[in-house]
Amino acid sequence: MTVSEPVSATRWLDQEDQKPLVQIKGVTKKYGDVTAVDNVDLDIYPGELFCLLGGSGCGKSTLLRMLAGFEELNSGTITIDGVDMSNVPAYERPTNMMFQSYALFPHMTVEKNVAFGLEQDNVPKRDLADRVHEILKLVELEDFKKRKPKQLSGGQRQRVALARALVKRPKLLLLDEPLAALDKKLRKQTQFELANIQEKVGVTFVVVTHDQEEAMTLASRMAVMDSGRFQQIGTPTEIYEFPETRFVADFIGTANIVEGRVIEEGADHLSVETEIGDVFIDHGHSVSAGSRVWIALRPEKIRLEKTDSPANSPNEVAGVIDDIGYLGETSLYKVRLENDQIIDVTAPNQSRPMNRSHRITWDDKVKISWDASSNMLLTS
Amino acid sequence: MTETSEHIDTAPVPARRGIMRRVQDSWRQIITIIPFFYLLVFFLAPFFIVAKISLAELAIASPPFTSLIEWTDSGVMTIRLVFDNFIYIWEDSLYLDTYLNSLKISITSTVICLVFGYPIAYGIVRSGPVAKPILLFCIILPFWTSFLLRVYSWMGILADQGTINNLLIALGVIDEPIRMLYTEFAVYIGIVYTYMPFMILPLYANMEKLDGSLNEAAADLGSRPANTFFKVTLPLTIPGVVAGCLLVFIPATGEYVIPDLLGGGNVQMIGRVLFNEFSRNSDWPVAAAVAIVLLVLLVVPMMVFQNFQGKASEDQ
Repeated sequence: MTVSEPVSATRWLDQEDQKPLVQIKGVTKKYGDVTAVDNVDLDIYPGELFCLLGGSGCGKSTLLRMLAGFEELNSGTITIDGVDMSNVPAYERPTNMMFQSYALFPHMTVEKNVAFGLEQDNVPKRDLADRVHEILKLVELEDFKKRKPKQLSGGQRQRVALARALVKRPKLLLLDEPLAALDKKLRKQTQFELANIQEKVGVTFVVVTHDQEEAMTLASRMAVMDSGRFQQIGTPTEIYEFPETRFVADFIGTANIVEGRVIEEGADHLSVETEIGDVFIDHGHSVSAGSRVWIALRPEKIRLEKTDSPANSPNEVAGVIDDIGYLGETSLYKVRLENDQIIDVTAPNQSRPMNRSHRITWDDKVKISWDASSNMLLTS
Repeated sequence: MTETSEHIDTAPVPARRGIMRRVQDSWRQIITIIPFFYLLVFFLAPFFIVAKISLAELAIASPPFTSLIEWTDSGVMTIRLVFDNFIYIWEDSLYLDTYLNSLKISITSTVICLVFGYPIAYGIVRSGPVAKPILLFCIILPFWTSFLLRVYSWMGILADQGTINNLLIALGVIDEPIRMLYTEFAVYIGIVYTYMPFMILPLYANMEKLDGSLNEAAADLGSRPANTFFKVTLPLTIPGVVAGCLLVFIPATGEYVIPDLLGGGNVQMIGRVLFNEFSRNSDWPVAAAVAIVLLVLLVVPMMVFQNFQGKASEDQ
């Protein structure tokens, strides 16, 4: 396999002068009364590793299968590299898919499995052997080429499936939960391998996953899906640090979400009166005073201080330690506020508890505080 | 002191484990003995009785054959094996022709069952969740009526004055009834009809196990539906094809009722010959020899099947 030239480092950043490889416009898919995919629009650019993230039944797999040509659209269009796919059957599309179950042909050896796609294109014999060899080298399976899928481990099968999908040099590679069948340790290792391979071959990847950590590690951009719609599309950082809805804030990582009302709207700040106290936000949002909003706070962005003194400024609340989850590198503290609301706070365990007990423990009076910039303001 | 107490502490544990293992082992032995015992009593013993009769001579006695073991006056035991029956079967072309005709009919019927059964099984596997149990039920439904009754009703359908001829005459398609009953055609109808479920069910069971995403994977890799069928579906359903074919071929070869009722005297199959030798001619030794030869004929495809199954299970 000829490794194409390194992909530009800013592949998804300068989108203005780039033509999207995949254009999804107003795509809807219904099964009877159930709308699996509801009027979605999406552009995917060449060289991207795009993740579709969502819970089960959110429509992410259906969307992927529509790209592959296994599902018909009820309405909308899918264009790949400028060609409308409506009348292109799966076997003529410039896409290849890696199936969740891998779908390796059990009666064929690794070599035959990988060669299958090339044989369909009538690639000359010599060329075919070279390309099979090269791709098996890429996924480090040369020594296993004479084996049947049954004689391989889960991780090896996963790599055969990847090789089989990559060997045809598709314009678009579709991966349906590519790592779900692997155990946790192997999954972590394979995440990076997958990203490296994608960078090496320069093929555009669309990955479906329900695992947010996997999406964050792999994706150059990702879309969070729920009930057939995109909740938010952006880079992992954008999605995690700047969620637009309560759903996204809660789905990606953990978030303490409190309800409130805007009491003052300044040019560069907002004051919000919430159920846990006053919150001051120093970054510009234009939300008119009086409107109902939600503040989301990441547990790792909250500071914890053992003190008896009451809270006396915005972004500061007093409480009592209700529960502690000791995770080794960090601890999760559940802080009960005066109104009985629980706020999750995580803190790194930066010093060893030499007397075998922690500095902050059950029923300690504490004060939690956070930066004005840590408030994630949500309007829906 | 400490040594002895340790000894007392640890000793009972391995002993108990030993008993458990022995109980477990003996259970395993009992469980494997049951099928062996079954085969011994209901298959191997009758087989040896038949083999014994085939090596005896016809006699006017009850049972109508000579004993293999004879005692001379001086008290010496002699065993007399008579191979005349086998020589007789080989030399009389009636038997050879009948064997060949039986094989012809059973092989042809098997092929017809496969040609029609494969798409039916495939269709059932691909059918929706509502249709599938209904279709499967329809395949099994005929078993609820006696096999004999169903063959009799075919007589009514195929006879000169039967349903089909009456209908065609009433419609003015034909003037004279078409002769169908007591022809080879009727025997084919009967065998294909009777044994079709035995082809469809193993094929269905085999196809049902196939991962549907294999077809999608093939399509995704650029394979057209017909190519996918020959390169993926067919090779993976070969175990089902072999099982179905044997389940049709083996009983069809020795079939007696269908050629007797639907073929009359015009279609010679080995099952009828065997029955006639046994009951009408009361020639048990020849009948037994006919049965032994039939068994040997059928053992060959069985062994091929065994070999195939072994290989297939290695694959998947």
